[in-house]
This record gives sequence, structure tokens and C-alpha cells, in this order.
Amino acid sequence: MQNIIRIIFSGIFLLVINEGYGQVPAPSTTQEKGIVLLGATAHLGTGEVIENSAIAFENGKIVFVGKSADTDNFSGLEQIDVTGKHVYPALILLASQVGLGEIGAVRASQDRSETGTLNPSVRSIVAYNTDSEIIPVLRSNGVSLAQVRPSGGTISGSSSIVNLDAWNWEDAAIKTDEGIWLNWPSYYSISGRGNNRKIEKSKTYTEQVQKLTKLFTDAKAYDGEPVNSKLTSMKGLFDGNQTLYISTNYTKAIIESISFAKTMGVQNVVLSGADEDALMLSEFLKENDVSVILAHIHRNPKRKDSYTRKPFELAAEFKKAGIMTAVTYSGASGSMNLPFVAGQCVPYGLSKEEALQTITINAAKIAGIDDVTGSLEIGKDANIIVSEGDLLDIKTNKIIYSFISGRTLNLDNKHKRLYRKFSNKYGHQIVD
Amino acid sequence: MKKLCCLMVLITLSVIVWAQKLSPVLGVADNRPEVYALTNASIVVNSETILKEATLVIQKGKIISVGKDAAIPSNAVVEDLNGKFIYPSFIDLYSQYGIDSKEVKSEGSYMSRPVWESKENGPFYWNDAIKPYNNAVNGFHVDNNSAKKIRNIGFGTVLTQKQDGIARGTSALVSLKNDDEEVVVIEGKAATGFSVLKGSSQMNYPNSLMGVVALLRQTMYDADWYKIQEDKSIYDESLEAIIGCIELPAIFEVRNKLELIRFSQIGKEFNQKYIFKGNGDEYQLADKVKETGNAIVLPLNFPKAPDVADPFESVMVPYEDLKHWELAPANPGILEKKDIEFAFTLDGLKDEKQFRKNLLKAIEYGLSKEEALKALTETPAKFLNVSDKLGTLENGKIASFLVTSGNYFDDDCIIYENWIQGEKYIVNDKNVNPLAGQYQLELSSGEKYKAEISGKTGSYSLKLLSGKKEIKGKIQVSENLVSIFYSEDQKWIRLSGWVTEDGFAGKGILPESKNITWTMNFEKKSNSDSKSKKKTNQEPKELGDVVYPFVAYGNLEQPEYKDVLIRNATVWTLENEGKIENADVLVRDGKIAEIGENLNTSDVFEIDATGLHLSPGIIDEHSHIGLDGVNEATHAVTSEVRMRDVLNPEDVAFYRQLSGGVTCAQLLHGSANPIGGQSVIVKFRWGATAEEMVLKNQVGFLKHALGENVKQSRMPSFIATRFPQSRMGVEQSIRDAYLRASEYKKKIDAGEKVRKDLQLDAIVDVLNEKSFMGIHSYVQSETNMIIKLAQEFGVKPHTLIHNTEGYKVADQMKESGAAGSLFADWWAFKFEVYDAIPYNAAMLSKHDILACIHSDNAELARRLNQEAAKAIKYGGLSEVEALKLVTLNPAKILHLDDRMGSIKVGKDADLVLWTDNPLSIYAKASKTFVDGIIYYDMERDKEKYEEIQKERSRIINKILAEKGGSSGKSTKEKSVTRLNEQFEYDDETSFDYNDQ
Repeated sequence: MQNIIRIIFSGIFLLVINEGYGQVPAPSTTQEKGIVLLGATAHLGTGEVIENSAIAFENGKIVFVGKSADTDNFSGLEQIDVTGKHVYPALILLASQVGLGEIGAVRASQDRSETGTLNPSVRSIVAYNTDSEIIPVLRSNGVSLAQVRPSGGTISGSSSIVNLDAWNWEDAAIKTDEGIWLNWPSYYSISGRGNNRKIEKSKTYTEQVQKLTKLFTDAKAYDGEPVNSKLTSMKGLFDGNQTLYISTNYTKAIIESISFAKTMGVQNVVLSGADEDALMLSEFLKENDVSVILAHIHRNPKRKDSYTRKPFELAAEFKKAGIMTAVTYSGASGSMNLPFVAGQCVPYGLSKEEALQTITINAAKIAGIDDVTGSLEIGKDANIIVSEGDLLDIKTNKIIYSFISGRTLNLDNKHKRLYRKFSNKYGHQIVD
Repeated sequence: MKKLCCLMVLITLSVIVWAQKLSPVLGVADNRPEVYALTNASIVVNSETILKEATLVIQKGKIISVGKDAAIPSNAVVEDLNGKFIYPSFIDLYSQYGIDSKEVKSEGSYMSRPVWESKENGPFYWNDAIKPYNNAVNGFHVDNNSAKKIRNIGFGTVLTQKQDGIARGTSALVSLKNDDEEVVVIEGKAATGFSVLKGSSQMNYPNSLMGVVALLRQTMYDADWYKIQEDKSIYDESLEAIIGCIELPAIFEVRNKLELIRFSQIGKEFNQKYIFKGNGDEYQLADKVKETGNAIVLPLNFPKAPDVADPFESVMVPYEDLKHWELAPANPGILEKKDIEFAFTLDGLKDEKQFRKNLLKAIEYGLSKEEALKALTETPAKFLNVSDKLGTLENGKIASFLVTSGNYFDDDCIIYENWIQGEKYIVNDKNVNPLAGQYQLELSSGEKYKAEISGKTGSYSLKLLSGKKEIKGKIQVSENLVSIFYSEDQKWIRLSGWVTEDGFAGKGILPESKNITWTMNFEKKSNSDSKSKKKTNQEPKELGDVVYPFVAYGNLEQPEYKDVLIRNATVWTLENEGKIENADVLVRDGKIAEIGENLNTSDVFEIDATGLHLSPGIIDEHSHIGLDGVNEATHAVTSEVRMRDVLNPEDVAFYRQLSGGVTCAQLLHGSANPIGGQSVIVKFRWGATAEEMVLKNQVGFLKHALGENVKQSRMPSFIATRFPQSRMGVEQSIRDAYLRASEYKKKIDAGEKVRKDLQLDAIVDVLNEKSFMGIHSYVQSETNMIIKLAQEFGVKPHTLIHNTEGYKVADQMKESGAAGSLFADWWAFKFEVYDAIPYNAAMLSKHDILACIHSDNAELARRLNQEAAKAIKYGGLSEVEALKLVTLNPAKILHLDDRMGSIKVGKDADLVLWTDNPLSIYAKASKTFVDGIIYYDMERDKEKYEEIQKERSRIINKILAEKGGSSGKSTKEKSVTRLNEQFEYDDETSFDYNDQ
């Protein structure tokens, strides 16, 4: 019976969709009517789980979080029965380049990095393409917000936080230029190829650090004269309005880069791409109040003799060391797998709720948007997803609703369009 | 009697033929008898015989008698050696002495403009790396400066060769005498040379090790073919040279033990028993090296101790480099114990003075002195079949020998003379007595010093004590002369003089130009003399164990097999029942023997699997791990290359993937060419050799590739010049190869004698269904094209690899019987995968097309179970069908489903025990079995990690202890270490075409 309904439903859906084939779905419209999600298991992102919950939101904000039995005052709200399903805060993809590049190997489609070494004034937000076919694919798996960052050079530029359902980049922006991205100069240089690569201390390291020191010192002292966009763009680092995201991954370079930032008077420092070496320095990171965005989890161990499953353990170990830790996904087109890299940490020391936090509230805290999102709490933006089953496991992850500021998202995407098109050709039943 | 005398003279003459110069006499002839008798010597005739108080008589560069009672001819120059030792001079079989080697450069950069055709002038073989026409003797010239350096450390004879190319032509055996080349050359063509390096050839082919193997094999087959041509339609000087020298000993340069074993096998194909120029890592696979039966020329260049003082940086030193640092000096001793024949070479030593130091170190680490001597004398002579001329001190042999102060292997032994072909070269003046000791220095101006001379002949140093002040001075002494100088308060005192009964005396000049006389008389031997290292009590060195393979997570010994009963698991049989709850699986003799509930067995090892899941081992249909090179990225068609030739069982990826439940994989050529190379299927028997990992009785697969990679889409335009550059040309490349192969096959089938063509043989195997097409293909147009092309040649488009648009051509695939080997959800990383969708696997499965999910990536392979689960999420396959995508289905595609891929009685016991539903992100492989042997155990893995840390610490402490002695002089040295990170080749997302 359910199947028949499903087929009919998808048939109707098809009619609607066929018109717009070949386009990313139109962004949804502003929430007009309040909605309450009833009966699901709610994973709040705070660590708390509410069975048989009610989550209500109006005008884009969460207005109620609790047991469905606790209140029946949902009159005037659209009631959606999600019994047996799971509700979560929308997922946040940090350190991403989604929207800055469409096809990896097609240079013309790439706007990810700028030439030159010191580009603090370069802004990723102005190149963010809301019509990327990749974006709806991420949305379909629960990723609703992203930090879009530039790469390349020593200082790549500034990142912004966007929502993944927008007409244009202005529309998408949640928080602009919230961070400056620093690729710390290579402490070591690597030469050769294959398994005979050699590593030695870099000859240009000191010189590069001196250039950075000058830039930061000049930026801090800068008072607006003469006109200088580079120095202007960095001012927020010294008053706490901007975060410095440092990418570097050898112990000595991590110590040097963080000490540098502190000496320069940078208020907020995040280590991006933290791996086995960063873990060796957990005391140092804690002492300096540095949060970490983990290096890609689905990777092989860093060194040939590292522990076989080390990358899977890192999230739990950083957490144990008391360090604010977020998990992300490397590579925009694969980022629909974000929930699964968080899930990967579960058999290696995190609870499911803790794993969820690494891609929701922790990510929000690191990006400085935890006042508006990252958890299901009253007053926060209604950035909510509903999954048929466990969000973090591949075989049960199935997003049936997604809301950004209360707006109901269209969850169609390029993959589904092609799936329907060819399933129809062969007369296959569509399971979606 | 007179007759007898004549006869004896005749015999002597016939045995010993004196060297004779052919050049006309310029000025007055100076032909001397050159008869020398060295008496009262300890003559080391060979490694087993020492004659005490014996005499060696030589004449015109040859030995004419040796022994206690050797008759001394009346015209001999007689010298009493007072018990000094005589050894045969050493022989080095891997040298470039006297050869101009300037033009031999290293391999061309991979980013240089490709060179497709030969640049050599002459009727030579098509590939410039094949240079068998080079004869070292032609360009050889005596170079006394270089000769002197190695004469001084004991060498008398070297085998010299232009070390250039894969086939290098002949080498010459020459002495280190400073004389006419006609005299110095002992054998003009003593051996031939081969290498894995292509040397100065600018041609792009071959640019991989497997290409080197293919080129060498094809060359040898061509030589065989050329030899039997009655009516030679072509003349090839290279093949002529190979045929002409086929009987000579062949010395083959390899870069590691794996290459040694590989090329030993290649040699057997052509009845060639190479003598390998080894690398000092042979101990890491000593038994397997022994099995080859090949001899080795060993370098003595032991690795420098890595910089390990700083804990943040010591983690960057690879485990195997630490282990190798410790064990390398033990290599010769280990090979001796395994009865492997070897000679030594100076090759690889930056400073030839290191030679003796390292040789003594090897002895300290277990090499016997007898074997050490043999490896420098008799063995190299034997390798070259010149034992009648060199290697021992016997009548009639070449008079190349050393005079030393005592046993060569004693620490304080001094080489006095190196006689080469009867010519004496003085290394250290044997008439200068050892001078070390304490003296009293007195100047006529009144100064007195206590003086101490230390060191040994040739390198003395002087210390003066004036009151409490210690002054360092310099002293040079020869047989008769002495000179000393030192400074006191920046004022230089210079003394010159002669040797006296009591010490020295002479004249000198003080700083203020005052002339003085001086004496320095011997008082007593130095106390410090007794300090000279006592290494006589040789305790065996305590060394770490060799692990197999020789990398982190290697095994101390091969994991043991025992029958096992896995009790009470959820068993995913993937047969009709799908999965069975609470079932037992019995493994006997490496096979699945029984499946059921509460099996009754008492005699086997049991594993309680309550709450666990048991699945078949994961089979990765598409992988590039464990290969020394993935692409022969040169010619458009390189079907001649074989992945099994470059299988490297030491890749830690095998172990890491066992931790993800992978037990078997097809290792393929990359996608650089329309037709790449031949795959190999391996089982993940971690710790076994390459040969043992290769699955027995496998069918072949030949890699084809279409699309962007083949078109060189992302190469710079100066490189992207090869045909094809479009999908139109790709079709032509493949069609043409198949047409040529069809013609070739016709001739073979008709019984015609054809030139063996390795490239076409590989395609003929496909035409004969001994091998199957694997086709890297993405977009629907090319997929459809290759289906039709294959059908046209009567073969199945067997496996469509990646096949991201398979869902668009499902009808065509189904009709042709093609299978799809897929990415689960990779897309948009390049243009041709922009329409890739994660529903593909489910869509093909629903269309009754055999589909599997592969890794194509060393990391992703560890999580193929998760990748399979994506077919549940995208397209709604059942769990059992999803799991089949990485087990039974790849087994079917690889023609292995009769023995792998599901849990069924009689199949191989390749099993994975999971902590959870294997399709869940929360599942961990707890144990992975291959042929019933546990190759991965989650608990053991942690222990292994701890053991590795302990072993690292132990060796690091040892290094620091050794370095500590040399008072931190290494701080100035640049610290360069090999990167301790596994290289991961990625055929798809790396845009660097080249193999590693």
C-alpha cells in the first residue's frame, strides 16, 4: 500500500519536475505558516534526545522544543506527523569550496584559489555560485549550511557562511567574511616522487614567516591611511570579529603558527586540517584555546607506521582532550557524505549524539553562528532536517524534510532527475 | 735428461705467456727480467690456506712459484718480508673505471617533451635503452688517478662497463696497473651488463618498471627470432651483439630485493642466470633470494644513521629505515649463512675509504673473515670464469697481490703495497716503523716538551706538553725524513730533520728566524695504545628481527593456519538463504567445510562470534595498490606490460585493507593508454612474497581505457601530442590493435612461424577468451562504441570499468553481456563524470546486469562495505543484494565465483567477522581470514602498533648511543629523511599521469 502511494506520489512529483528538467530547483519561499513536527525522535544537537517529540517553528525561528505530549497548543500550525522518524539540526559543512568550483578537472569551472601569496582581501562570497548542481545533492543528505573558503597562496582570503538554498550569493549569505584563511608556510620541503619522497627543513620558511609577521604587524597598526584593502580586510582579526583559520599539519609548524597568531594579537584561532600531529599537541592547543576542524576522516593514516584506524579515532581523542572539534568533508562533490564521516567516529569512541555535534553545534561554534543555528533550541533559526532513519548511517539516512529558516526545501537534485529519467525509460520502479 | 729439461721449459712456457708489447721501440729498449721473490711472508693463498714463512716468486707479472720451498731464481730481486702478509688483490665487478661516463644522465624528466623514435645513428634496435652494441673495451683508457684511489684500499682488478641502458653491452676486466691498455685489459669482453634503468635514452618508452620488463623480454624474443632467420631481411647490430655475447656472464643491476627476484624469473625465461648487482637489502627476503639461485654483487654502503634526536621529528623517519639502519651491516653475514654466493663492490660508496670500515663492520655483524676474503677475490673470479687467472695466489696466475702488516681483517692492519700485474705500488712505506709513542723533544734554544705521536703510518698526529699546556702539532714522516711544525702563542716553530737510532734529529727555525738544532728521542710506548679497540671478543650483535614484509605491521613469522569453527554468528552466506542468524561456520584446510547450527566438532579452534556478523571476504574488482608503477604512460597500446611483473607485497595498503575486510583484488594498469596492460589478481596474504600472493589459476584481464585520460586531456599541450586526442581516435587506436592482432592470430592458427609479439599476444589471448576485456569508460557514446567494437571482433565487452553512464546504456550492456564495475557515488571531479549518479549500481542490478562496486583508491577500499550500502540508500537494493556488490558479484566478474564471493561449502575460507551489520557505518572488521588464516585481528592490530613504537624507541636509543660517542658533530649535517607517508596512486583524481 505504502509503495503504491509512493509510486503515485513520485508520479505527481515527476509532472511537476519535468517542466524544470536541467535546472537546479528554485529556492523555497519564506515560511508563512508555522510548522510543528510531531512524534519523531529529536536529536537536539545539545546532546539531548527527545523521544516522541514536538518541534515547532514560526517565522523562521524555533518556538517549541519538547515532548509532543507536553503541549497540544499547536493550533494554527501545520502539523507534520513524523512518528518513527528522526529530527536533527541542519548539518553545517565547514572549510568547504562548494559553489566555488563545479568540475574538479575543468579549470574554467574553478574559482577556488587566487594567484599570489598574500591575498587577505580576496572574498569567496562574491564567487559563490548558488546554481551549482552540487548544492542540491548536498541538501538531499541533510547538509544545509556551508562555510565557503578560498584556497591557495599563504593567505587565501576570507570565507563566508551560506545557506544552501538561495537565488544568489547575497541571498545565501548568513555571515560574510567571518574568517581569514592562512596556509602556514611549509616548515619542511618535500622532494622526489612516489615512495622515495624526501623531507627536509624548508630553506624559505623563515623568510616567509618574516613576510607574514610584517603583514600582520602592519595590519594591526593600520588606521585607514593610505587606502589599503589588504590591511583593511584583516582588521577584524584583532578585535575578535574575524577568526584566523590556520592550515598546517606538522607539529613544529602547528606550534609556530599558533604562537605567531597569539603574538600578533589574533583573538580567535582555529586549526583546520587537524590530524595525528595536532593530536600530539592537544595540551598546547587547549592551553591556547584553539578549536580544530579535523582533516578528512576517510583517509589513510598519516604515516606508514601510524595506527591502522587512527583517523577514525581522532574526533573522540580531541574531544577527550577537551578541544572543540568539528568534522568536515574534503571535496565539494563528495560532501553529501558529511553525515557518514561523523558516523564513522561512532564505533571509535564518540556517542551518536557527540558525533552529531561535530557537524552541527560544534561547527556552528567554530564558525561563530551558534547563536542562530547548530542545535534545536528555542529562538534559533529553524534549520532542521528530518530523516527516515538514523542520519549518520548510510543505509538509513534518508532526508524527507529539510527546512532552512523555516522554509521547506525542494529536495530534488541532478542525480534524482537522471535516475527518474532513465528508470522511466526502462520501466523500473522508482525507489526514492 | 737434457730432453727432460727442454720439456719442462716448454711446459712452463706453454702455461705462462708473458705479456708482450707490440709497439716499436722508441729510444733504447728497456726490457727487464722483472723477477721478484718475496720471502719469509705469510701468504694467504686463498681464503682457506695460509702459508707461513713462505716465498712468492713472480716474473713479468705472473706468479711462477709459491711455497715454503719455492726456488728463487738467481736473477730475482729478493725481499725479506719479515712475516708480513700477502693477499690476492681484490676484484670489483661493478665499476666504471676508465670509462667516460659524462654522457650517462639519469632518466629524463617525466614532464619533458616525449621522444617517440630512436636518436641513435646506426642499424640498431628500435629502442635507445637497448645498447648491447656498447663494448666497454672500446672506450677504455687507463686513469691512474682513479686507479690509485682504489689500489690504495686493496683492489687490483675491476670489471668496468659503461653503465648506460637496460642492455648495456659488454664489460671489460682490467687491472689497475698504470700501463698500456693492451697490458691492462685482462679480458676484453668479460661479461655483459643489464639494468632496470634506461639510462641516457631520451625515448619515453619505457617509463615504468613493467615497461622495462616488457622491453627486455621482447628484445630477447627478437634476438631468438633473428638468430633463426635464414634469409635476413633486416640487419640489426643490437640483436647481433646480443646473440654474439649470450654465453657471457651477465651482470644485472637492480634497485632492491624485489627486483632481484623478479628479474631472476625473467632470466629463467631465457635461460639466463644473471649475477645481480644487489643493494644490501637482500637479508629482508634472504630465503627467497636463495631460492632464485642467483649470485649477487654486493655493495657495502650501509645507511647513515637518521636524525632522531628530536621527538617531533623522529616520528618522520620511516620504521623500515630505522630497521634497515640497524640490520644492513648484517646483510653479508646473513647471506653467508644462507649459502648465497656473493662478491663485494665499491659501487655506492661515496668515499672509498669507507670500504674497509664497512667491511670490518660486516664482520663484526656476523660475516666470516674467510667469506669476506672470498667475496673480494675467489668469488668474483669465479663469477667471470677467470679463476685460472685471478682470485688466488697460485702458479701461473696474474701477480696482483697485497702486502700487509698482518691479518687484513685486524683493526690495525696496514696495506703496504699493492702489486698489480707484477708492478709494485706502494701504499704505505713498509720500512717506516710504527712511530706511535712518547718522546722527549728538545730544542737547542732550551725548550723541552713531552711529545706524543699517535696514529699509524701515513697519518700520524702530534701532541706536545709544555708544562701544563697542551699543543697540537703536525708531523710528517717518511722512511728517512721528518718534518714537524707547531705553534706556541700564535708563533710557528718549524722543524725539519732525519730519522736516527733513538728517534729524530734535525734543524729548525724559530719565529724570530733563529736557527736551532733539535732532537726528539723515543721514551716509551703510549699508554693509549692499549686502548686501541678490543674487538677480538666478538659477541654476536643484538639485533632486531627481520619482519615480513619489511615495513611497519610486517609479521615476525607467517601467520599460522589452523582449522577453525566460528560459532553463533549472523552469517551472510549470500547464497539462496541470504543470511542466517545464529549459525556456525567450520573451516577445514582453508575451505569452508560446513555451515549450520550447533555444529559438532571438538577438535578445532573455536571463535565465539555471538553478536557478530560473518561475511565473505570483500573482493575489490579494481585496485592499483601494491604496484611499483601503475601506468606505462607512453605508447597508445602497451598491452605487453604485465602488472604481475611489478607486484610489490610490501605496500602497507594490503594490511590496511585487510582491516576493512578486503581479501582479494584485481590490480590493474592505469588509464593512460587505449590499451594498457595485463591485470593480476592477488589474495591479501600479508607477509607472503609477490609470487605467493598471486592467485593461482586466474583468467587474464586486459585493461582498455577510453575518454579523457586517454586523450591526455589534462596534460600540457607540448606533451599532449600522442594519437589519439579525441574519442574518435581512441576507437581507431583500439580497432587497429585488434585488426593487427587478428592478422597475427590467423598466421599463428595457420601454423606459420611468426615473430613473437608480446603486445599482440596479449590481445590474441582476448580473442581466444583466455583473457578478457576490462574497459575504463564513462560516457554513453564511448561505452556504446566499445560494446560494438568488441562484438565486431567476436569478443565480449567483458567489464565496463567505472561505467558511470552505464545506466544510460543499460539495454546495450544487457544485450552484450557486459558487466559494470562501478564507483558508488563519485562524480563531478572531471567533465566525463558530471552525469555520474549514485543510483547506477541499483539501476544496473535491476536491469539484470552484473554489477559490482570497486575502490580504485587505496583508502576507499578499506570501506567497500560502506560503499555497497549506498546502493540501499540510492535505488533501494536489499541488504543482501547490496553486499553482493563487493563480494559475490566481483567474484563473478573475475571468474572466481566457483571458489570465492559467498559463504558456501567448498569455497575458500575468505571471511570477515564484523562487529555489526557489515553494511552499517558502525561496523568494524574484527577479524579477516584469507584461506582460513587470520591476517587481520583488531585486537592484535593495536598490539602491533605498540610493538612498532617500542621497536622504534629501541633503535632510536641505539642510534643516539652511537652518535653520542661522536660528540654531536651531526648537528651541522642537513637532516633529510625519506618521507614516512605512504604514496597513494590515484588513477582518477590525480592528474599526474605518470606512475609513481
